[in-house]
Amino acid sequence: METRVIGKSVPRKEGREKVTGRARYVDDLSFPGMLHGVTVRSPAARGRIRAVHFEGDIPWHEFTVVTAKDIPGKNCIALLIEDQPCLAAEFVSHPEEAVVLLAHHDKYLLEEARRSVRIEIEPLPGLFSIEDSLAQKEIIWGQDNIFKSFYVEKGDVDSAWARAEFVVEGTYETGAQEQLYIEPQGMIAQVNGAEGVTVWGSLQCPHYVHKALMILFGLPRERIRVVQAETGGGFGGKEEYPSMIAAHAALLARKSGRPVKIIYDRAEDMVATTKRHPSRTRHVTAVSRDGKLLAMDIDFTVDGGAYETLSPVVLSRGTIHAAGPYACANVRIRSRAVATNAPPHGAFRGFGAPQSVFALERHLDRVAEAVGIAPEELRRRNFIREGQTLAVGQVVKEKVDMNALLGRAFELSGYHAKRKQFAAENSDARGAIKKGIGFASFLHGAGFTGSGEEYLASEVAMEAMADGSVHILAGSTEMGQGTNTIFAQIAAEALRLDCEQIRIVQPDTAHVPNSGPTVASRTAMIVGKLVETAATKLLKTLRDSGFLREGYSAEDFSRACGEYITAHRELKSFVKYEHPRDLHWDDQKYSGDAYGAYAWAVYVAEVSVDMRTAEVRVNDFVAVQEVGRVINPVLAAGQIEGGVAQGIGFALYENVVWQEGRMVNAQMTNYVMPTSVDLPAIRVCFEEIPYGRGPAGAKGIGELPLDGTAPAIANAIAHATGVDVRAIPVTAETLLEMLEAVHA
Amino acid sequence: MPERARKIRVSCVLNGSASSFEAHPMARLLDVLREDLKLTGTKEGCGEGECGACSIEMDGVLVNSCLVPALQAQGAKIRTIEGVAIGESLHAVQQAFIAHGGAQCGICTPGMILAALNLLARHPEPDDAQIREGLSGNLCRCTGYMKIFESVVAAVRRAETGA
Repeated sequence: METRVIGKSVPRKEGREKVTGRARYVDDLSFPGMLHGVTVRSPAARGRIRAVHFEGDIPWHEFTVVTAKDIPGKNCIALLIEDQPCLAAEFVSHPEEAVVLLAHHDKYLLEEARRSVRIEIEPLPGLFSIEDSLAQKEIIWGQDNIFKSFYVEKGDVDSAWARAEFVVEGTYETGAQEQLYIEPQGMIAQVNGAEGVTVWGSLQCPHYVHKALMILFGLPRERIRVVQAETGGGFGGKEEYPSMIAAHAALLARKSGRPVKIIYDRAEDMVATTKRHPSRTRHVTAVSRDGKLLAMDIDFTVDGGAYETLSPVVLSRGTIHAAGPYACANVRIRSRAVATNAPPHGAFRGFGAPQSVFALERHLDRVAEAVGIAPEELRRRNFIREGQTLAVGQVVKEKVDMNALLGRAFELSGYHAKRKQFAAENSDARGAIKKGIGFASFLHGAGFTGSGEEYLASEVAMEAMADGSVHILAGSTEMGQGTNTIFAQIAAEALRLDCEQIRIVQPDTAHVPNSGPTVASRTAMIVGKLVETAATKLLKTLRDSGFLREGYSAEDFSRACGEYITAHRELKSFVKYEHPRDLHWDDQKYSGDAYGAYAWAVYVAEVSVDMRTAEVRVNDFVAVQEVGRVINPVLAAGQIEGGVAQGIGFALYENVVWQEGRMVNAQMTNYVMPTSVDLPAIRVCFEEIPYGRGPAGAKGIGELPLDGTAPAIANAIAHATGVDVRAIPVTAETLLEMLEAVHA
Repeated sequence: MPERARKIRVSCVLNGSASSFEAHPMARLLDVLREDLKLTGTKEGCGEGECGACSIEMDGVLVNSCLVPALQAQGAKIRTIEGVAIGESLHAVQQAFIAHGGAQCGICTPGMILAALNLLARHPEPDDAQIREGLSGNLCRCTGYMKIFESVVAAVRRAETGA
């Protein structure tokens, strides 16, 4: 299909502002009379608040002080449920839980004041591991410490064990991971009688913040306004937590009568905000003599931290992705999210899937070994094909060819030759460097799960101006991933204009409709489709009016807009999501069409391991995927490369060290993310099969690369060293211990 | 509350123009730039010299402005991101970052561009290892650095061909 701008690497819409330093992030904004705000947090993991002491040589009368008593509405950060307080009143349930807020115009004095507040807590025993929570050593949430559990069943797992030639078991673990966007979290709030509450901030989901503030302040919809400032990275970390900071800034603004800015420093951001859920997965797999998967019994648990927040949804995605892109007649998945006394774990790119996919893809290499066939051969004999059924009972209706993706990935990486070469080289026991190559094959569902998109019922508006410029009004946010540019391309293509003629209106709940949250690889595919439909509707209105003829130029379009607006005052279109009628989901049985579309991928990692220091280096990385039509090749490759880099961090470097529920290495100095010298060349390849329901054929892409990177690396390390990797991150310290055990 | 040191007057050449400001001697140069001089293009990512988002050039050396006390700016030649483009005309490195996807969320971009300029001043035709080494003090969480490397290479090629 001939296109104008789809499939072309048009430059980033806001690129000029970003490369000149003119883009305005929340900390770059300032208001007259503005105060700075800080949060005083719990020193204990769990306990009863006895007293708050304001000590030291501080002029306390100059400070605005807010506690739970100052909350006008409900003391909660409303999300799925209302269990998380905005400010702890009587109990604290995790370290660093917010208890007191302070504001002052002098931020240096404010910091001294923060250190001079002493929160006296009568400690209670806490839970700090999945095991302790499941053992119910204490009951810290609900009746049983369980936020949510799922049960997925396909076929009859128990009937398969007797027929199996091999039964392979294994338990796998993944650690917490910090999102580590380079712009720390921040918000500015202003509260006055006339306008109500307004906040500006670094955030992914303006309407999540909007809902939380309505309930916290007990105000109607129109008296709360949320504006997204330029946002310096999110990766899920700015999905739910910004509601908390917005709430705090707004409470201080209300009490002081002045605008209040809260900017977290890096240590506070790392110690207090959300991280990727730690997980534990147990697999028991029945396999036939010829390597067919007869049954997969999967038990998946994630640590949700102290409050429910998004854990049920993270668990859901992790559960659905746990059985991967394989056709297996008998699958059982039991899963649960449990409470511990750590700060709530939350959204992070991949959203539960990187955890369960790590377990599966590492496990399948072990299954292949038990059967005595190559790992790729095991996958090939079990890959799902069009017309077959996924674990949740979804019949795959898309064209899918995992074999072709595998073949392409192996060809680009030289997999077969290297597998042989490394095995030969590694057999020299004196070699100080061992090399390995491994891969993972996986899928990632785009959009909200099950009926999620139906409930969200996202909306997009479009307005043409008299000068012919077209404005897109959506609640979807740009945080670096390219929303602005992708939306402009989709609209420009549908209207047959250039991208420069399209303007993206800044997300502001007072002006844009609710397009749903900017999460779940849904923005390009779901909201992008609404943008395309809105453009088509707008064009039809203009055509039907007679002002615009076939074969129009940009000038004709502008003239027609001017004439239409003179005659009819305005030219707008509005679109609301309609769920495809042939997609069915049963929330009770947890089965059906879990996602409208999946991205499919095979990733190959090549590593070398220094046997003296146990340091792992990724030498080459090949990422082959099918994500439908690629709208913008540079942006799409940027998504994959960046995601792979985060996945390499997840696999090797990023180790959150916990002490009684508190992250103790909350600094960039000792929480290590990959730098430019740590990464290999990341080679990205797209196979394009247009998706009928996506805008111009596109599917979701953003989260995909987090799923397959870590298991590909773990499999490569196992190939290089013979160590049976069961947990990530594989730091030099942990690998050294495992190497010593192998060679002891 | 401890008595704070008195403010001092500091004179420097900032983005090509003579400039002076009053600051506490140990105030972070980053804060002076952002708050007193309203040059908010320089960003704070970590406040401990790890991320490089606050990178600026002082007398031709790339420094983390969060670790530089204001008094050290006395007599120095300073370049921030605001001094890279000439009016509306972008520097070749800035253009390359736009064309080749070197900027995503943009928060590391000002520091990264200064690091790239500093690298190119030292190595006008850097090889892959020199590019990686030259940018290794600047963290980017979005790109995986690949598009940043491509941007630097493209800027060099542009300079060579005079395009």
